[in-house]
Amino acid sequence: MAWTPDQPLVSCKDVHKSFGAVEVLKGVSLDVAQGETICIIGPSGSGKSTLLRCINALVPIDRGSITVEGQEVHDPKLDKLALRRKVGMVFQQYNLFPHKSALQNVMMAPVTVLKQDRKEVEERAYRLLKKVRLSGKEQAYPGELSGGQQQRVAIARSLAMNPDVMLFDEVTAALDPETVKEVLVTIRELAEEGMTCLLVTHEMGFAREVADQIYFTDRGVIVEQGSPKEFFANAKDPRTQEFLSQIL
Amino acid sequence: MSRRPRNRPPVDLAGTTDLPVLLPAADSLARRAARERELGAALPRLDWRHGLVLLAVLLVSAGVAQAQAGAGREPVLEVLLRWMPVLLRGFLFNIVISFLAMAVGTLIGTWLGLMQISLLPPVRVGSWFVTQFFRNAPWLVLLFYCMFLLPFEFRIGGLVIPFPDWIKATIGLSLPVLANVSEIVRGAVNSIPSGQWEASESLAFNRRQILWMIILPQCVKRMLPPWMNLYAILTMATVLASIVGVSEMMTQAGRVLAAEDRPDLLIPIYSFVLLCFFVYCYPIARWTVALERRFQVKL
Repeated sequence: MAWTPDQPLVSCKDVHKSFGAVEVLKGVSLDVAQGETICIIGPSGSGKSTLLRCINALVPIDRGSITVEGQEVHDPKLDKLALRRKVGMVFQQYNLFPHKSALQNVMMAPVTVLKQDRKEVEERAYRLLKKVRLSGKEQAYPGELSGGQQQRVAIARSLAMNPDVMLFDEVTAALDPETVKEVLVTIRELAEEGMTCLLVTHEMGFAREVADQIYFTDRGVIVEQGSPKEFFANAKDPRTQEFLSQIL
Repeated sequence: MSRRPRNRPPVDLAGTTDLPVLLPAADSLARRAARERELGAALPRLDWRHGLVLLAVLLVSAGVAQAQAGAGREPVLEVLLRWMPVLLRGFLFNIVISFLAMAVGTLIGTWLGLMQISLLPPVRVGSWFVTQFFRNAPWLVLLFYCMFLLPFEFRIGGLVIPFPDWIKATIGLSLPVLANVSEIVRGAVNSIPSGQWEASESLAFNRRQILWMIILPQCVKRMLPPWMNLYAILTMATVLASIVGVSEMMTQAGRVLAAEDRPDLLIPIYSFVLLCFFVYCYPIARWTVALERRFQVKL
C-alpha cells in the first residue's frame, strides 16, 4: 500500500515500551499530518523522549505500531538507514561531533551516507548555516560555540539530510534563557515553511504559538490533546490542570 | 590539652591539619598540594632527581670497587668505557624489541578491542576471553611459552624461514601488550558519551561508519597517555628476554661480567644498565603526564 500525503506522515498506534520492569509507554496513539507541528508536553519521566526515540527506531518498541510515510518502523526487515534519512532528530545535548568543524558536522552525513557530491553539499551546508544565522562560524569547532549556536548547528546538520519530518527532543532545556530564543526562532521558521515537526518541549509559550496540536502525556499515556487555544484555555483532565497550574 | 573543635575538618583546604598522624608529613603534603593546585594536575611521582641518585650510585660504586680492587687493576670506569659499545648495542636491541612488540601489540590489540564491543555475542565473548587471559597471565610465563612452543624455523615448500630467539621473544612480549591495548581501546570507546552514537545513528550512519569516522577519532586523544604508559612498561619488561637467552642489554651485562671475572664490577655495570633505562623511559613518563594534562576532560 503506497503512502499518499493525505494520510498521516507519522502514525503511532497503541505503542508500548518497557525498560526492565518500568513501563514507560502504556499505549500511546497519535497522528501527525504532513506540514503539521505537534508539541508534546508533560512532566519528566512521562515517556515523551522515549516516544521520539521510538519514531526513528533508536529504541525498539514492545507492542503496537509506528509508521512513517506508511512504513512500519519496527518491522525487522525495514531498512533503518532509509527511515532515518526521512526522520531528522535534534537532541537536548546537541551531540555535535567535537572533532569536526560546524561546516564538517553539517556536511558529513550527506557526503558519506547519501554519497552526494561534495561541492554541492558544501554549498547547501553554507546555505543552511546561513539560514540558522551562523554565517561566519563555518570553521568554528563545537567547543568554540555557545550552547545556542551548537544547537543551531545541530538543526542545520539534521536539515542537511533533507528529512520529511523533524523530531526535537527538549532542544532548549540545556540552554541559557537568552539563547533559548534564537533556537526557537529557527524552529518557528522551519514550522512556518511547512516542515513537519514533532517537539517535546517545556516552553509553554512557544508551544502555544507554533503548535497545531498539543498532546499532554503523563505516566506513559496521552491524557489530553487539543489545539493550543482550547488546551490552554480549558483543559479538562485534572492532571493537565494541575500541571498547567504549576507552570503557568 | 588542645581539642579540635567539633565541626572542623581533619584537613582544611590549605592542607593544614592538627591530627597527630598527619603532622610529620603535613608540611610536604601541603606544599605538594599547593603546587598541584597551581598546575591543575597531579605531579609526577618520578623526577630527574631520581636519575641523579642512580648516577651517584654508579659513581660511588665505581669508586668503592676501585678502592677494593687495589693497585694494578684497570680502573672501573675505564672497563665500563671499554665495554660500553657492547652494552649500548644490547640496549639498542631492547629498544628494537620494544618497538616491534608495541607495533604488533597495537595493531592486533586495536582489532581485539573493537571485537570486544561487537554486536555478535560469540565475537564479543571470545575477544573478551583472549584479552582477559593475556592481560592476567605473567609476562615471563607467556615469554617462555612462545620460546618453547614456536619452532626455530618455518618451512614453506623448499623455503626455510628462520625464526630466531629474539623474534620469538618479541611475539611473547606482544601478547600482554595486545591484551592491554585491547582494554585501552574498549575503555576509550565506552567513555565516549552515548549521545554521539544516538546522534550519528539518527543521521543514518551505519555502525562501521560511526565507529571509524565519529567514535574512534575522538578516542585517539584519550588512548594516547595510557598507550605511552604501556610502552614504558613494555620497554622495562624487555630485559625479561635475557632469561630466554636473547642478546639484549641484560644478557650482554652478564657476559661482560663473566669475561672480566671481577665481582667489584657487578654494581657499577648493573647501575649503568639501570641508568640507561631511566634515561630512555623518564622522558616518556614526563611526556605522558604532559599529554594527560593537555587532554584532560573538560566538563
